[in-house]
Amino acid sequence: MIEVGLGHYLTLGAIIFFLGIIGIFLNRKNVIVILMSIELILLAVNINLISFSIFTGDILGQIFTMLILTVAAAEAAIGLAIIVVYYRNRGSIRVEDINQMKG
Amino acid sequence: MNNISALYPEVFLSLGIMSVLMIGVFIKNSYNLVNKLCLSILFITIAIIFNSLDNSEKVFLGSFSKDKFSDFIKILILVSSIFVLSTTQNFINNIKISKFEYPILILLSILGMFFMVSANDLILFYLGLELQSLALYILASINRSDLRSTESGIKYFVLSALSSGLLLYGCSLLYGFTGSTNYEIIQTQLSDNNIGALFATVFIIVGLAFKVSAVPFHMWTPDVYEGSPTSVTNFFAVVPKIAGIAVIIRFMDVPFKMILSEWQLIVIFLSIASMILGAVAAIGQTNIKRLLAYSSIGHIGYILAGISTGEINGYSSSIIYLTIYVIMNLGAFSCLYFMRVNSSYTETIDDLSGLSRNNPFLAFAFLIIFFSLAGIPPLGGFFAKFYVFIAVIESELYFLAIVGLITTVISAFYYLKIIKLIYFDDNKREFDQVKDLNSSTVMIISCIFLATLFLYPSIFNNIIISIFNI
Repeated sequence: MIEVGLGHYLTLGAIIFFLGIIGIFLNRKNVIVILMSIELILLAVNINLISFSIFTGDILGQIFTMLILTVAAAEAAIGLAIIVVYYRNRGSIRVEDINQMKG
Repeated sequence: MNNISALYPEVFLSLGIMSVLMIGVFIKNSYNLVNKLCLSILFITIAIIFNSLDNSEKVFLGSFSKDKFSDFIKILILVSSIFVLSTTQNFINNIKISKFEYPILILLSILGMFFMVSANDLILFYLGLELQSLALYILASINRSDLRSTESGIKYFVLSALSSGLLLYGCSLLYGFTGSTNYEIIQTQLSDNNIGALFATVFIIVGLAFKVSAVPFHMWTPDVYEGSPTSVTNFFAVVPKIAGIAVIIRFMDVPFKMILSEWQLIVIFLSIASMILGAVAAIGQTNIKRLLAYSSIGHIGYILAGISTGEINGYSSSIIYLTIYVIMNLGAFSCLYFMRVNSSYTETIDDLSGLSRNNPFLAFAFLIIFFSLAGIPPLGGFFAKFYVFIAVIESELYFLAIVGLITTVISAFYYLKIIKLIYFDDNKREFDQVKDLNSSTVMIISCIFLATLFLYPSIFNNIIISIFNI
């Protein structure tokens, strides 16, 4: 059996983090997917912080995590609200259609 | 232990925001009233900060630091927001987005910036940053029936949330590899041997560069500047930049102090890239707000050049540059409020042609402000660049100084092109006669300041060097 250590958790965090970033840049379809990718990034950070907190025996990381969770909820709410107003004006939330301004 | 008096400005501001919000909710059509109340809150906050100017202390287990540096930055933020709020009142009423939420959101983002600037701890810093950003997302899309405003809101939201994510990932690694979120403890733990923590600093610098729109993380700036209403662009161009630069200086001066050689190259790269892009990309622009966006990217490059020296002299030259940049931009944007044709606001540069014939006063204001942005002596912008280049040369970063001088010359081209358009081209469209007392006051103050700074240029130097003697 493999002993699951700090390194494994950090690798998991890094994989989720980069999945989130790739999701933002490769996605050509829907803005909602971008919103989900942003949530993924924040969750990866939470995994990092909790595992650091457990392995160093310091409670601060878990406090930080709780605060990040609340901020992530607020961010998702505002993001969805902006997407709703955009949909009312444009009639579409495809990423390709967000192209009124260029240069 | 916990001396709450250090937090009086923040406490007053947050209580004020909540009570003004209640007034806005229960009184109908209260934009003008709320705007005046918000202005008075800002004035009182300045008075509170002045009241305890000399104390510097760290409270709440060292997570909140009140010192001369943060006080100076807070006063700069407050004064520029007062100018922004008072000049935008007419504009907002004219384009019919007079919602009472607008000044309240600006106040909320100012509160976030206060915490960012004073933070001495990664947690407090992150929360302040998010409070600021969340308010700014809504501000960008405040004109919710306008397609371009909402689009700029989406773009700003996605890229800013991404940058917050990068920054936060850096914070989590920094916490893990140094064992603390306190800046001073991080400073003692960071060294060239701590590879994980060095990796984390890169993420943090990238996240901060996003917030001040340094190249290569600038892509949101032109779109957001162009799409949001001019009043919001005015705020974006000035106030978050002050807070962002102040946070960068604090990060470089406290937690990253011992690893100067590691971050110096990154900041020099950001600075050179911003200066070059700001100079080159602005040349082909036809929209004046887009042009000002690229010009602000270029100016951020010069400010970062001062920071990249890693010395108190360099930091203070950056703060001088920042102050003069703020004054120039306040002036430039207050000029935009006079660009009205047939009762609607115009943003195209071509509409400015021949302005000197029917509006010599406005044309002269454009002349002073754009000459100053280009850095032509004896105007204020020249002294800003002068101090930065002196600091850069003193730390023997000659390449940076050479690139800076070359890009100054290139960027002078597009500023002078506008001056040529205003003074020597034929008159195409005539602007409406706009009576806007607040905007003209700000314009006049800004022009007088920029034109008379050469009489006593060291006025800033003495104040700003003293704020770094913590």
